[in-house]
Amino acid sequence: MRSLLFKSLLEGSAVIAPPQPGSAAVTELAEALGQQAHARLGRSLAIREVDAGSCNGCELEIHAINNPVYDAERFGLKFVASPRHADVLLVTGPVTWNMRQALERTYAAMPSPKWVVALGDCAANCGVFTGSYACAGAVKDIIPVDLHIGGCPPPPLEILKGLLALVNEMTK
Amino acid sequence: MKRPVPTAAAALATKLRAGPDGFIRLQIDERDWIGLAMGCAQGLQDLLALWVDDDAAHMGLGVPALKLRIIVSVPLKRGSFPSVAKNHPAACRLERSIRDLHGVEPKGLPDQRNWMDHGKWPSPPPSLKKDAARRDAAYAFLATEGEGLHQIAVGPVHAGIIEPGHFRFSVNGEAVVRLEERFGYTHKGIAALCKGADIATAARIAARISGDSTVAYSYAYALAIEAALKWRPPPRAILLRGIMAEIERLSHHVNDVGAICNDASVVVLHAHCTLLREDILRTANQCFGHRMMMDRIVPGGVAADLSAAGAEAIQALLARCATNFEAVVRVYDEAPSLQDRTVSTGNVSAELARRFGAGGHVGRASGRAFDTRLNFPYGPYEALDFAMALHAGGDVDARVWVRIEEVRSSMALIRQMLKLLVPGPLMSVMPRARASEGAAMVEGFRGDIFVTVRLDDRARLVNFYARDPSCFQWPLLEAAIEGNIVADFPLCNKSFNCSYSGHDM
Ligand code: SF4
Repeated sequence: MRSLLFKSLLEGSAVIAPPQPGSAAVTELAEALGQQAHARLGRSLAIREVDAGSCNGCELEIHAINNPVYDAERFGLKFVASPRHADVLLVTGPVTWNMRQALERTYAAMPSPKWVVALGDCAANCGVFTGSYACAGAVKDIIPVDLHIGGCPPPPLEILKGLLALVNEMTK
Repeated sequence: MKRPVPTAAAALATKLRAGPDGFIRLQIDERDWIGLAMGCAQGLQDLLALWVDDDAAHMGLGVPALKLRIIVSVPLKRGSFPSVAKNHPAACRLERSIRDLHGVEPKGLPDQRNWMDHGKWPSPPPSLKKDAARRDAAYAFLATEGEGLHQIAVGPVHAGIIEPGHFRFSVNGEAVVRLEERFGYTHKGIAALCKGADIATAARIAARISGDSTVAYSYAYALAIEAALKWRPPPRAILLRGIMAEIERLSHHVNDVGAICNDASVVVLHAHCTLLREDILRTANQCFGHRMMMDRIVPGGVAADLSAAGAEAIQALLARCATNFEAVVRVYDEAPSLQDRTVSTGNVSAELARRFGAGGHVGRASGRAFDTRLNFPYGPYEALDFAMALHAGGDVDARVWVRIEEVRSSMALIRQMLKLLVPGPLMSVMPRARASEGAAMVEGFRGDIFVTVRLDDRARLVNFYARDPSCFQWPLLEAAIEGNIVADFPLCNKSFNCSYSGHDM
């Protein structure tokens, strides 16, 4: 154990240089947030993730932004366990009818101001699951969405860019 | 009807020839159907899958020792068939799903509660029989009675970044007296979406049944379609499929070993393992153009080639992986504080693993010597050499060791396949479509995936069914946690790492 710990200390960091906030995300956010003034959040975001019916591919890449390479926490992006502690609801998947109520309740449990990010193609438009009797719709059909991060699944760098754009916009 | 007696699939299948997919197909009557279910309970054969298609119920059965796989079919009588679960509990949730999605009644099904249908769908599944009565959506959890017992309800939204499902713990102090699972939250109606779809459209859906096993699902789907159409993928594609499948397995086993250590509070190992996983995914992206290699295996071959530079990148990855992962393993092996959490935690008995036909690390850590790659080899595995990771402990520790050994064997397998790789086409031409069916099993990182398809003469799917390995593993998690402390649930759960989406479909 000791040698591994020393190695971890001495080897230097695996972290990548901070990416620029995604430009598509910035445009969408500017529209969503408009000129409205927002309380400064100290450049940090507490994020509550909800899988509303995803295939779990998106979850894997959200996990990845927490690994030492992307290290989302250095940007103040922190995943929290309770919606009561969250500024942002990060939602994946087409919203299934069986998850709809849980999603609505999670959203309702968040204090205002709150933002919603729909992550992945399914969250944006149901993806390959479009037209199923079991899917209630895209995330925006259920709760208001401030930002879409596209991809199937979006790679971690894209997720990070989108969330960084959100931090920047909100703390302007 | 004469009283059914426990029946061996092998006895019914004598002198019958298997189809190109390795499955014998047989029409039987209700008596034999019940007899076979009793035989499953007695260990004469494993239940592989159970589904309903038009006017018949079908059961996939396997006898690994005899390399025998058989699909038996029984005609539905007035919209019902004899319940398998009545004699063989492993079929229970499969039959509850069949009731919900088809309105077909498994006669004698011991658990009459809904499973996929939460009473929320505005319109019924298209597969539901027209005259089927919609049932009450009220759901009663099993009762637990006793002084001082209380319940903890968890989910469907969990505390971490995980899939949704509900766990109802009945607890006495710290000890779990009973865990009851409730699923179906991520049910996306995948079988119905595939019905009527063309081969390529359904391939993209199949790849998204459980994203973490996207390669394995695409693989199983491709094999089933190819079996139906007598379609032979070129040799290079066969090897590339194997390489992708092993990279996928590697990425998850490495990650889960780290996550288990994380749940046992040794965070540094988790950090190292997530780095390793990232390294693997980046290499996959560099080689095949997608971090998870989604949609890269397609019926007829593969959709991405491996360049010489890519092959070198994989070799380099394996070298890094070997060093870094072994460093993690050394710590795991030597740290008493870790072993204290994993040894004798979350036990699954060998008997239970057998009865449920639990695949993957869950089965192999409880002495069930089954690995599709070895027992029913397909594609490149027929020509490859590796040993099954098998342990008898049945606890979290045993599941960790199975995964560790599979990381090692996956790396060796990739090396073998890279050596065998010769230039050649990636796709072969699709033969003329005809009404046909095919089934396949593929060993994903989690265990054996079963897929079956039926095609019409225009190469459209008239039936699609998939059974995730989780279907036979989730019930065992309920057993594994019994008597353990609540705080060890995450550890046990992670050591299984079952799929919600794959189970719910
Ligand atoms: S966008 Fe893709 S990866 Fe994400 S949930 Fe949908 S199918 Fe899965």
